[in-house]
Amino acid sequence: MKVLATRPKGLTSVRQHYCPGCLHGVAHRLIGESLEELGIIERTIGVAPVGCAVFAYNFFSCDMIQVPHGRAPAVATGMIRARPDCIVFTYQGDGDLAAIGTAETIHAANRNENISIFFINNAVYGMTGGQMAPTTLPGMKATTSPYGRDVKDTGYPMRMCEILSELEMPNYIERVSLLSPKEILKAKKAVKKALQYNVEGKGLSFVEMISTCPTNWGMEPLAAREWARENMLPVFPPGLFKDRSAQGEKKKEAAS
Amino acid sequence: MGEKILMKGNEAVAEAAIRAGCRHYFAYPITPQSELIEHMAKRMPQVGGTFLQAESEVAAINMVMGTGACGKRVMTSSSSPGISLKQEGISYIAALKIPAVIVNVQRGGPGLGNIAPQQADYFQAVRGGGHGDYFTPTLSPESVQEFADMAPLAFELAENYRTPVMILSDGMLGQMMEPVEFPDAYPAPRDCSDWCLGPQKGRDVNHILNSLYIEPYDLKARTEELFRVYEQIRAKEVRFELYNMGADPRILTVATGTAARIVKSAIDALKEEGIEVGLVRPITVWPFPSQAVAQAAMGKDVVITIELNMGQMLEDVRLAVCGTSPVEFYGVAGGVVFTPEEVAQAIRSRIP
Amino acid sequence: MARMTVNDFYCKGCGLCIDACPKKIIAFEERFNDQGYHPAVCIDQEKCNACTLCYVACPDAAITVEK
Repeated sequence: MKVLATRPKGLTSVRQHYCPGCLHGVAHRLIGESLEELGIIERTIGVAPVGCAVFAYNFFSCDMIQVPHGRAPAVATGMIRARPDCIVFTYQGDGDLAAIGTAETIHAANRNENISIFFINNAVYGMTGGQMAPTTLPGMKATTSPYGRDVKDTGYPMRMCEILSELEMPNYIERVSLLSPKEILKAKKAVKKALQYNVEGKGLSFVEMISTCPTNWGMEPLAAREWARENMLPVFPPGLFKDRSAQGEKKKEAAS
Repeated sequence: MGEKILMKGNEAVAEAAIRAGCRHYFAYPITPQSELIEHMAKRMPQVGGTFLQAESEVAAINMVMGTGACGKRVMTSSSSPGISLKQEGISYIAALKIPAVIVNVQRGGPGLGNIAPQQADYFQAVRGGGHGDYFTPTLSPESVQEFADMAPLAFELAENYRTPVMILSDGMLGQMMEPVEFPDAYPAPRDCSDWCLGPQKGRDVNHILNSLYIEPYDLKARTEELFRVYEQIRAKEVRFELYNMGADPRILTVATGTAARIVKSAIDALKEEGIEVGLVRPITVWPFPSQAVAQAAMGKDVVITIELNMGQMLEDVRLAVCGTSPVEFYGVAGGVVFTPEEVAQAIRSRIP
Repeated sequence: MARMTVNDFYCKGCGLCIDACPKKIIAFEERFNDQGYHPAVCIDQEKCNACTLCYVACPDAAITVEK
């Protein structure tokens, strides 16, 4: 019998601490698979955030660093400038990427640093117990929006793919979801493409993954997926926002 | 030895860093160190290095963290309010044991303050500045030449001990022009392949740089490890200068950086009047030359700490002197710089 | 011939593989694993066609699919 699918080499054998049914583990696996399939584990450096994924430095088999909240894209910039021969990815949640780290996210994207930024959007701050995030939906209850998010007071959920697409330079921006095996297979393509583009030196890849937080949403994993499907996908529609590499290829084909 | 070049302090330290092999620099503009970042902007591309103007001082210190994590010589510079922004990053860099050099060209504070020279970031530099149990070895130059020489020294200390190192300068030194000589050669950077991040060629473990130790006993052990290194630095890297101690003075002053230069002029003037005053000039303010100060203070009529602030190094002097002689203070805030005459008068009026 | 196996060291009994399986041949075991979860297990290997959707759904990379 041949093994068709098993724990990828890009992941360590350490047991991941995420809650049962949390989709962080799926995102981790997609990255681990991609690193293995692209043959780049040994020259990849991953940047772990502050958030539920803080322990990601124990979960990936490449070199890892854990950095201050929100600063991963800046640290990644320092690393890719020091070692352009390496592949560098950041892995960040809602607070890390869209609140405290908004400036670092936007500026790294604007500079088109040759890194991949993986953004796990589950509309709350998981690690600290379910507080409101920039991505929390209108009316959604969180521990710091106990009466439901009031957009008049706190603004509308921030759509990071849309915001970053307005920048001229970033190479690849896509939003995917992890809410079913079919969507996960699509997400895998995006994750692998993101890293492939870095291998080719094409510049910044940004993949936002709509995910769940069963524990802080107070739902079972399957119910959480359905809730995300009904409530998050309309606000954060999956899709390709930018692919300058592919556009570049099309232009070349049209010209020849 | 090379030719003597007339340079501003800001430019001299930048040039020295590049000649010492620094090929990565990240910073944000702020007066009075703009010449430093502009010199780097011009020179780094010439030597094939990385110059990047970051979106903030916060981003800059984190970029430094990333480059340092990959084992490359890296520097940032800023001035007082910008150094405040860097404190979380410096705490992480210390905890991660990443070599890095941070230059603070001090200005008037607190708040926006002004762009005149002060020495009011002393506490911030030597008492931690960022959160947690750690120290930042800190060098304090008094001349453009010394400022320049501290760049290669800072890189060496940073790499040998795996720590951030601060060069605590000020707006006067950053702006003034003096002749500088650069050595023809510098010692090679230390090999860091045993811990730095990058291609895993030839090793079968991945390297992890992390400062989270959830179990208190683990963090205790890790912190004690850091402090064993600080003990080594305290034992081997204290630097100071004695001025006019050979004249067996009854009065001792302690001053560093720009203040020390002015004190030296005052000491020379007082000598003409027949008043002998000695000076201990800390060159490392962390580790503080406590033993040198304590020894010099023995039997003195008075020990006067003289700084461009409201009294910060004063506390380290008091700790070192430990009551064996009276300790007095003369300082001024706001970026006002005392003159040699004012210092001489202050010393005269504090003689018991 | 195909086989899916769950490494109960990693399984957290989340049920996503059970939901994913088109043949409905995965179920929770009665027993607890060392983390205190009911791990998933294939209850009818004969029917497995190695579609790997269980592996795709699993957040803990606990599943191996062979053919």
